[in-house]
Parts: sequence; C-alpha cells; structure tokens
Amino acid sequence: MFELFLTFAKIGLFTIGGGYAMIPLIKETVVDKKQWTTEEDLMDLIAVAQSCPGVFAINISVFIGYRMRRLPGALMCALGAALPSFIIILAIAMFFRQFKDNPTVASIFRGIRPAVVALIAVPVFKMARTSKINIYNSWIPIVSALCIWLIGVSPIYIILIAAIGGYTYRHLLK
Amino acid sequence: MIFLLLFITFFQIGLLGFGGGYSMLSMIQTEVVTLRGWMTMGEFTDMVALSQMTPGPIGINSATYVGYTAVINAGYPEWAGILGSALATFSLILPSFILMIIICRFLLRYKSHPIVESIFSGLRPAVVGLIAAAALLLCTEDNFGSPTSSPWQFWISLGLFTFTFIGQQVYKMNPILIICMCGLAGWILF
Repeated sequence: MFELFLTFAKIGLFTIGGGYAMIPLIKETVVDKKQWTTEEDLMDLIAVAQSCPGVFAINISVFIGYRMRRLPGALMCALGAALPSFIIILAIAMFFRQFKDNPTVASIFRGIRPAVVALIAVPVFKMARTSKINIYNSWIPIVSALCIWLIGVSPIYIILIAAIGGYTYRHLLK
Repeated sequence: MIFLLLFITFFQIGLLGFGGGYSMLSMIQTEVVTLRGWMTMGEFTDMVALSQMTPGPIGINSATYVGYTAVINAGYPEWAGILGSALATFSLILPSFILMIIICRFLLRYKSHPIVESIFSGLRPAVVGLIAAAALLLCTEDNFGSPTSSPWQFWISLGLFTFTFIGQQVYKMNPILIICMCGLAGWILF
C-alpha cells in the first residue's frame, strides 16, 4: 500500500511543466518495473484519463490505485500524486509572498511575465493541430476565445455549451 | 465564507476542467481574477511562472497557490491560508476522483460511445479557444507595461515575448530554461 503512495509521489514529483511528460515515466514504472498492468491496458487507461476532466496525473493514479487495491488504493495513489507538489508549492507561495515586493525579485518577474504569456500562447497552435481544427469548425475556438476575452463569459459556461452543442449537432440536427 | 466559495469554485473547475492544465488555468483565471477578484492579473502570471518551474501537475500547483494567496489577500492569518490551499487542492481533485472510480467500475469502454464522441466534437475545439483566451487576457499593462507611460518596459517585454514564443514553437527550447533566461534579462534590464 505504501508502495503505491511512494510510486505516484515519485511520478508526481517528476512532472515538470505538464502532464504528458510523465507518460513514459508511468509506463516504465508501472508496466516494466512493477508489472502492475500490461502496456496495452495502460494505453487504454491513459486514453480515458486524458478525455476526462481534471488533472491527468490524478486521473491516471486513481485508475491504477483502484485496480490494485480498490478504494484505499485509489486514495493512496491520489494522495501520492498530489502531496509532494502541494507541499512544495505551499512553501513557495509563503516564501514568495515575503519577497515579491523586493525590487530585485520584482524586476526578475517583470522579465518572466511576458515569457509566461508566450508559453501559454504556444499550446494554442499545437492543440489546434491535434484537435483537428479545420475551416468548418474553426469558428468554435475563435468565438469561445472572444466571448471569454471581450465579454467576460466564464470558461465554465463555454465548456457546458460546447458539450451540449456537440451532442445536439450530431444527434438532433443530423 | 471565502472557504465555501473556494470549495465551490475549485470543485467546478475540477468537474469541468477538460483538456488539461492550460484549459484549467483559463478557468482559474476567469473565476479567481476576473469574477472574484481574489488576486491581480500580475499575481496570477507570477503564479503560472512558479507552477511551471516547480515539479507537479500545473492544475494541482495552481489550486494550492491560489488557495493560499486568496485567503491571505482577504486578510486572514497564515494558518487560514494553509487551510485554504489544502481546501482548494482537495476540491479540485474530488470530482475527478469520484468520476474515475465510477468509470473504472462501470464504463471503461465508454470512450468510443457515439454520445461521448459527439460531446467531444464540441469540447475539443472549445478547449483551444479557452487557452487562446487565457493568453489574450494576460496581455495587460500589469504584465507588459504600456507603450506611453513605460515604453522601456513595454518594448523589452515584447522582445521577451517574441523570444519565448519562437524559442518554444520553433526550437522547442526547455520552458524552465527560457523562464530563467527571461528572469535574468529582467534583473539586468529593469
């Protein structure tokens, strides 16, 4: 049981910058070393975990934990995936609060802020390719972005409308 | 009161956060900065930078950070901030935890179901829009300076933005390295 916690704590710790970097690491640990599941099975779990809402690392750890030891296993794995980053970020948030008005720290972050904006802009183009955006559905991301940016619609409503819209279009209009 | 709102906000984000960390960032940005005013757009941008540089999933990192900062910004003491960060993280995880167990028990094969596929045909393009909006909303004076009142900061910021964009999109540079380089540039130039 503790092994489950430790394994996912390790996987959680090595995910720097984004969830998908950890897929090879999960495969190596869970399939090759511990042999908790087969590679084919893991690929299925990953596909489902990716299409579900929420944090990918948590989704996949709950899946594997539940398979191994039912509810206690799922709890252990989720805790393992979340706890290390929780502790690190909490320490940083507390630390940063005391130093953010320091002129050196402020000028460093004035340089970092434009970089962060660019780092968020890049996946837009990557995801446009992987989610098969074409001339017929390109209005969906454009209208969604404009509604959030200019009118201040919450992305939560955009997601709800998009889900209902996709269903209605395929099943009622076609 | 802020604790109840934190729970509701992050539970919603966890439940509807399709499309990974960046689309969740877009939700956190609108709910936390624009609607609730728990932190400024500048503080939000710093939070994103810190979550990207530290290990762990971006969704967990930002929930923890926002939970702490929102409660402290509202004037509560340190211990309440820690409680806030634990609550926000827990609320973000809870819906997907429940959902994953239900899926694991009953409908692991649901992925290819026509209803699920039709829903995703709408969701996938919308998530791209969400992330685009997150980037657009961050183009503020807080983050870039202004061409009239602080032209030095504005043009340097624009340069750093272009550098990062090309470095990441074309040359696939490591994002942590880029953040460190831009921090160094900020330290020297500002």
